[in-house]
Amino acid sequence: MNDRRKMFIYGGIIGLIAAILMKYGNPGNMGICVACFYRDIAGALGLHRAPIVQYIRPEIIGFILGAFIIAVAKGDFKSRGGSSPLIRFFLGFFLVIGALVFLGCPLRMILRLANGDLNALTGLLGYLIGIFIGIQFLKKGYTLGSAGNQPKISGFIMPVVAIALLIFLIIKPDFIFFSEEGPGSMTAPVLLALILGMVVGAILQRSRICTAGAFRDMMLIRDSHFLWGIIGIFVVNLIANLVLNFESFNLGFVDQPVAHADHIWNILGMILTGICSVLLGGCPVRQTILAGEGDADAGITVLGIIIGAAFAHNFGLASSPKGVTSNGKIAVIIGIVVVLVIAISVVKERNCKLQKKESEIHG
Amino acid sequence: MAKIVDARGRSCPEPVIMTKNAIDSNPNEAIKVVVNAYVAVENITRFAKSKGYKVNVEENGDEYTLDIRK
Repeated sequence: MNDRRKMFIYGGIIGLIAAILMKYGNPGNMGICVACFYRDIAGALGLHRAPIVQYIRPEIIGFILGAFIIAVAKGDFKSRGGSSPLIRFFLGFFLVIGALVFLGCPLRMILRLANGDLNALTGLLGYLIGIFIGIQFLKKGYTLGSAGNQPKISGFIMPVVAIALLIFLIIKPDFIFFSEEGPGSMTAPVLLALILGMVVGAILQRSRICTAGAFRDMMLIRDSHFLWGIIGIFVVNLIANLVLNFESFNLGFVDQPVAHADHIWNILGMILTGICSVLLGGCPVRQTILAGEGDADAGITVLGIIIGAAFAHNFGLASSPKGVTSNGKIAVIIGIVVVLVIAISVVKERNCKLQKKESEIHG
Repeated sequence: MAKIVDARGRSCPEPVIMTKNAIDSNPNEAIKVVVNAYVAVENITRFAKSKGYKVNVEENGDEYTLDIRK
């Protein structure tokens, strides 16, 4: 089959699944949202106490287990890691703060756009700017260093964490929090969400689709391979919404579900998310998939995302439909400064080393 | 002897950028790229073919060597 068509179909299945999950109970334009779902999980674990966003999202468990199973079956599973873990943790931390100021991960941004929310267009503009900024560092030699082999057990940790979360979800112990109102209470049936999540995990593992990679490769090497996956998500989600969720389709900027129309901060939030995604080598959903196939660096990134999401609510950084908070604005600015400082110092140090090496050779 | 690019353990998209830099600096010379993730093999192969190069992949235990030439 034609390569582009294959990517389009892979993406299309994800777009279809997102529409189905929304139809069966997930919040508006949130069939899938990796940032929001980790935020809900952080809340369910009591890491933050915002009562309206606490739930163990089975979709996330499905992404990890689906990716894990297919990676083992296809020989892609490999325990690896050790490439600047602490930097990755904080890139994940700030990535999710940017996403929660915008109110959605890059994948939800595509889904919001496919249901008429034009605020996602300003978000997309920010994401593209962020990716462009990140690419400038890649061109100058930015790297977080090589990952190496890790003990095999390391690769199983995130899949086991996913299973532990599933057990908590099923037996509902007292120490796990479940929202009674708000987005955290709007949920697709557990089994449906888990199975469809596993399908998404398997498809993303096989196709390697990444929202950041799609735009990055277009800008960096003029390769539209992954972009066709994103186009597939958008087009099929749009059509599926018109069929399944017609009453919720609303073209415009106002009255959009779990969104706000503060354009500047939609852009700046997604600039932060875009830079972090490029510096990490993948967007939040891609990190989740990699964490399922044995990549400990992606596992650390996921932990950074969960902790960042918890802080976003503990410190009042996350936006709400009412708009952006002043703490959120400060956090986005701090985040952009911090990740730029990280990227600049990595590039500087590397170029110093290269110069030294050259002067030794010629000297 | 072909220039060797060692992109083992590098995260996406560094192996492709390293390959691109090696090709750009000497477009007519063959290069060998060593990686240890199949994703990198796919990405580099797609990139090199789009630039009109022939790619031959050799599997060696955990590692892959891509032979890229005109």
